[in-house]
Amino acid sequence: MEYFLIIISAIFVNNIVLAQFLGVCPFLGVSSRLSTATGMSGAVCFVITLATVVTYLLNTYLLVPLGLEFLQTISFILVIAALVQMVEIVLKKSSPSLYAALGIFLPLITTNCAVLGVAITVVSKEFSFGGAPHLMNLGEATVYAVATSLGYGLAMILFAGMREHLAGNDVPKAFKGLPIAFITVGIMAMAFLGFSGIV
Amino acid sequence: MSKLSIITRGLVKENPTFVLVLGMCPTLATTTSAMNGLEMGLATMFVLILSNIVISLIAPVVPDKVHIPVYIVVIATFVTVLQLLMQAYVPQVYATLGLFIPLIVVNCIVLGRAEAFAGKNGALDSALDGIGIGVGFTLSLTLIGMVREVLGSGSLFGWKFLAGDGILAFVMAPGAFLVLGYLLVLFNKLAKK
Amino acid sequence: MAAKSNLINMAACLTGVCLVCSAILGGVFSMTKEPIEEASRKALLEALSVVLPARGEVNPEARSVELDGRTYEYYEQTLDTAAVCWAVKSTVGGFGGPLTLLVGVEKGGVVHATRVLSHSETPGLGAKCETDAAFIDQFKGFDTATKSLKVRKDGGDVDAITASTITSRAYAEAVACAVRAAAKIQEEAR
Repeated sequence: MEYFLIIISAIFVNNIVLAQFLGVCPFLGVSSRLSTATGMSGAVCFVITLATVVTYLLNTYLLVPLGLEFLQTISFILVIAALVQMVEIVLKKSSPSLYAALGIFLPLITTNCAVLGVAITVVSKEFSFGGAPHLMNLGEATVYAVATSLGYGLAMILFAGMREHLAGNDVPKAFKGLPIAFITVGIMAMAFLGFSGIV
Repeated sequence: MSKLSIITRGLVKENPTFVLVLGMCPTLATTTSAMNGLEMGLATMFVLILSNIVISLIAPVVPDKVHIPVYIVVIATFVTVLQLLMQAYVPQVYATLGLFIPLIVVNCIVLGRAEAFAGKNGALDSALDGIGIGVGFTLSLTLIGMVREVLGSGSLFGWKFLAGDGILAFVMAPGAFLVLGYLLVLFNKLAKK
Repeated sequence: MAAKSNLINMAACLTGVCLVCSAILGGVFSMTKEPIEEASRKALLEALSVVLPARGEVNPEARSVELDGRTYEYYEQTLDTAAVCWAVKSTVGGFGGPLTLLVGVEKGGVVHATRVLSHSETPGLGAKCETDAAFIDQFKGFDTATKSLKVRKDGGDVDAITASTITSRAYAEAVACAVRAAAKIQEEAR
């Protein structure tokens, strides 16, 4: 039940882009075509999950016991950068087809604040899903990371679909490009506001 | 390029928010009021100026292939310094801005300036560039915060001029996107003339 | 401009930068450690002075009590060595996330005052639980022996914030939890 609540909350209620404003730059950057949006979603999902698990373990078993929590930001970003590099190398060797699909997005992900944002959130914020508020354990953190990145993918793919239609429309000159994109996201965010309070 | 123009082009011609459209996450998330926008802008400026200076000094001796990781470490260091100082002296502000202070590390503006300017220029010019872009970013955030605060809560910098509530949607997530979208339209319109 | 890359200078440079940065951070950390603790102590004392009556001594050491499988932190106020009031930290799930209150409870289950420590409620709606004087003041002197800590919709005596029933319900629930925890503290002390 608790995992179910985490999933619903992370995908719909607290959608990472539309409610938490994380990962907005790549969200706008690669959402002009549906195919690239799908590829980016896959890559982000992969990296967020992996990075969250690794940084969670790093924080719980190294930083906290040693009293080095103040090194959180710097060590997390290094771990994420290194992970992205490793994923790139491994994918290139082991699965060229997957690499062809996700490869070009990987370098962009290091500076995607969604990755660092989720990593910091799971180790610092208390959550209450039906029970007493507490910091997440590893299982919850993993589920949260997967669900959050699914929410990212959902928002991105929905938005890319809309943007493909938008491209063919006759938009006033000053609205062309990003302004109309922002306004569209605003309306999407309004729709997602309807989910608030259900968890 | 004259010293003055290094500073001024960050304000309008290369405004990080309205022209380059970078660093959107803190721009959208922390501008629920004018004061919050101003504080976030100043925090980013602090990191931007210091990291620009240090990076311009060490860039000549950093091997080419590892320059990005080195820059990230330098930026992350200043962000952590900022986190610690804010926790110590302005804990309330730190609590309001929350997650978005550590996330300055991945703000594309900071790494972007390091890569595009500080890595190739001297310390003084890089500092001026940091000030210019930082002030441009701060002004943009404050402006968005002002619009959202006026529409959303009927107040400005905490001074309430309207009894009751404003249009709440503007303080919530959708308002951030809408206000930024319409301000971009306005900026486009004015810049094109 | 940038130096040539080879394995040795790449490794040396990264290690060097990391070491220098960690050293700087260590220095700043030890410098700010004292002020950070001072700041959080000041925030705590400020909150305690709001929720507890101005009399006697407050022990700023947190203690804890177990109730229904949950641990509550609390601070005890003594008057002439007898405990008279407790400030209990109580967290419940609100509308947007955890809602944490500090609740001052007097002997016999009368609420002295409440204060929000942290919340993630909707700005302009539920977030008013931190600023709406009429809502907050109704908990001052709330006697749980004669009144019920539930919103009126649920048959209690708490006036909810307009359009924020869930937040108000959570707030009342958090106060109720704190009162129960205070009762447990008194029971254990006996």
